[in-house]
Amino acid sequence: MDISNSWDWNAGKKEIAQFGNWPASFDWVEEPYASPDGEKIAAVVKTGEMEFSVCVNGTAWENTFDKVWYLRFAPDGRLTGIVSDTGQWTMAVDGVAWEEQFDYLWDTQFTKDGQTIVCAVQQGMQYLIASNGALWETKFANIGHSAVSLDGSRTAASVQTESFNEGEIFKFQEGCYSVAVDGKVWDRNFINAWRLAFSPDSQKVAAEVRVNLYEYTIAVDGQAWDTTYPIIWEPCFHPSDGSVFAPAKADGGWTMIRDGKPCWNGRYAQVWHQMFSPDGNRLAAIVAPKYGKWTMAIDDTPWSRTFDGFVTDACFSPDSSRVACIGVNDKRYQVCVDGQAWSEGYDMVWAPVFSPDSQHVAAKVEKDGKYTVVVDGQKLKESYTMVWDPVFSPDSQYLLLKALEGSGSDTVYTRTVLPLKDILG
Amino acid sequence: MNDEAAVDKNKIYDEGIEKGAEKLTPEIIQNVYRKMVDAEGGARLKTYVETCVSCGLCSEACHFYLSNDKDPRFSPAGKVKQTMAVLMKKKGRVSVDFMKRASEIASTECNLCKRCAMYCPFGLDVAYVMLFVRRLCHKLGISPQYIQDTAHSHSVTYNQMWVKEDEWVDSLQWQEEEAQEEIEGLRIPIEKEGADFMYSVIGPEPKFRAQLIYQAAVIFNAAGLNWTMPATPGWDNSDMAMYTGDNEIMARTKRLHFETAMRLKVKRIVMGECGHAFRSIYDMGNRALGWRMPPVEVTHSIEFFYELLKAGKIKIAQKYQPTVTIHDPCNVIRGRGLHEMLRYVVHAICENVEEMHPNREHNFCCAAGGGVINCGPPWKMKRVDGNKVKAQQLFDAKSRGAETCVAPCHNCHGGLEDIIHHNEIGMDLKFLGDIIYEVMEKPESVL
Repeated sequence: MDISNSWDWNAGKKEIAQFGNWPASFDWVEEPYASPDGEKIAAVVKTGEMEFSVCVNGTAWENTFDKVWYLRFAPDGRLTGIVSDTGQWTMAVDGVAWEEQFDYLWDTQFTKDGQTIVCAVQQGMQYLIASNGALWETKFANIGHSAVSLDGSRTAASVQTESFNEGEIFKFQEGCYSVAVDGKVWDRNFINAWRLAFSPDSQKVAAEVRVNLYEYTIAVDGQAWDTTYPIIWEPCFHPSDGSVFAPAKADGGWTMIRDGKPCWNGRYAQVWHQMFSPDGNRLAAIVAPKYGKWTMAIDDTPWSRTFDGFVTDACFSPDSSRVACIGVNDKRYQVCVDGQAWSEGYDMVWAPVFSPDSQHVAAKVEKDGKYTVVVDGQKLKESYTMVWDPVFSPDSQYLLLKALEGSGSDTVYTRTVLPLKDILG
Repeated sequence: MNDEAAVDKNKIYDEGIEKGAEKLTPEIIQNVYRKMVDAEGGARLKTYVETCVSCGLCSEACHFYLSNDKDPRFSPAGKVKQTMAVLMKKKGRVSVDFMKRASEIASTECNLCKRCAMYCPFGLDVAYVMLFVRRLCHKLGISPQYIQDTAHSHSVTYNQMWVKEDEWVDSLQWQEEEAQEEIEGLRIPIEKEGADFMYSVIGPEPKFRAQLIYQAAVIFNAAGLNWTMPATPGWDNSDMAMYTGDNEIMARTKRLHFETAMRLKVKRIVMGECGHAFRSIYDMGNRALGWRMPPVEVTHSIEFFYELLKAGKIKIAQKYQPTVTIHDPCNVIRGRGLHEMLRYVVHAICENVEEMHPNREHNFCCAAGGGVINCGPPWKMKRVDGNKVKAQQLFDAKSRGAETCVAPCHNCHGGLEDIIHHNEIGMDLKFLGDIIYEVMEKPESVL
């Protein structure tokens, strides 16, 4: 069930917190974060000498820490921060620290439902993964590219499996890295293992690997594709049939590879960030049809509209029929939907989001230091000190606007549910 | 020139070259050469190599040539004739010893500084040719050991110093705490999405020169700027893979660097005082990925300090008193044309400036750049002795009163430090950030 079903979708504005007053209560207040449902605003605050806490809607957590960083709301609304106490680190969730403590902790990741919180951990100069505080049984000399499965049941990372000293280049080239899944290492080592992907059913893991200094491919559960490439990017699984896709440079340019064989005819100056539509029937990627020209290609067909700067933050609509992204020309950021760029450009645009019925697109934008939200190319009348990413209601009739209004000590955090018809007229 | 004549009898032992060459045969070399030369060299390479008329104008431009008794083997044209010209003439059928020597020439006798290209009547780019030779050596597995190790570090950690992910964040937090002792409320904002600037540095900063991060934090805070540093790999803008010719690892690291800036929704990347990293993110790395220009605007520290001083965002309490001379780093001066901005900054923060001669785009390289210093201890003295001309420049500046050399580049610092020490020049060496931090008006609190 969509988490947002339980949120308050009654039209109207609520003043949640007098954020501008917070600095009077604390030594300092760091940048704020709004909860997914908009009902909370939180920030790291300094409460005393070497003493930090988190303020939520004007009230600080009871517990204080030597340090708090990477404050983030999980998708389910719980508030997490990495905290330290007497030199040891752990995760605090809604003000309560995990019982487990570590020498260091970083790289917080959440599952989509927010129920699983995963972090990379350093313990005694050895590295491993913690999932909801539970540690792998195996530690490694180094770790990176951690990933969590969709259901949160499994975690994986690229790990160093053989020791070598700096300068031992030939030992390195024998292969000292692999992938560990739930702490268990694949049977084979590689020169490198990068960017991991879990299959949708959490059963398989794929990774980019380098089999020697010059040959790159994809390995699935430790088994490398027969074909190698001079360069390859991160893999993804098909939503249902188990096949693995990755962009790679093949004869004539970049293209899309499926299970070791080219599946697109087109050859591009670049292909990356491939993604499947929710129904699994369409595959899109950010591409450069020509050097220095960027756009989206859906099923190997690029849009005619290109951007000279770059394209980023692409997404499919829930019904799989539409694609939105951000395109940039000469520092001018635009939302582009189905190959049509909205006319107005901004100093910055955040990732566009589709409404559940796939009919509308909204994005947070910034211009001249002020923020607002644009829906289907239509900007809200007002701009704000800050806004957070907009959220559509489950019935696609409303838009949730989370904003800081006013300035200085008069700054107020508000949560407003706007009827879409009022925005679009 | 035959193969045998190209072999230096007094060669330095480098495990990367020697051990790497054990698996080579002339057939292997030729196969790799054939695959590479047309696919990657093409008309550009052929033009650069075959157009040269041996006029010798490039020779006087090269510090290695001038510092080695004008031995023609060290002239830019001579380096091409000892390497790529032979390879092309023999269609890649050369001996293993030849390739070992070619690796040495391309990686340790040329800084890719492009000074020679300015003096060539045809504009031939010897740096491009030497980089091509380096890439061939990479493909043959005979890159020098130390720089190869650095390329390996890039491949694993996305930084050049094997700095682990936790060590990086810990370094930032440590520097933030240290700086808070001096300036109340100072922050190094980590992972602040939507900041105006992402500040990026090179691997040696958290490893050996953490005070530079501290100083940058003081400058950003004093100027009241909205800035951030990433907590993830992608923070390092440096690139020794670019200099081994491992273009694939270069592309990988640059992609992450720029995508980190995009993820953080910053408008600009401000980079520390590094020259080669600028070349990588402003020219080679971005273009290898298909971005004609950096997708997120890149500003080198020279230009950034220029903007801050010009706009009055940082103010100078009292100018630096000792007389300074200016070393112009190749990649941001010849490569980007920042020499007048550099002078604006130096004059704004220093009372007395004594120019080095020649200067600006005509300045001599430090002999550390282009990855040469990264080839490590085996090559150190060859590098230092290969830049007597820079030692002379420094001596001359000193004789006119210069006590401090300002060099806004990490590799230049390494190279100049060795030259100053070896030649007992007795001169201080500073980054712009060192001096700005020393002479600026610093707030007691930024709360």
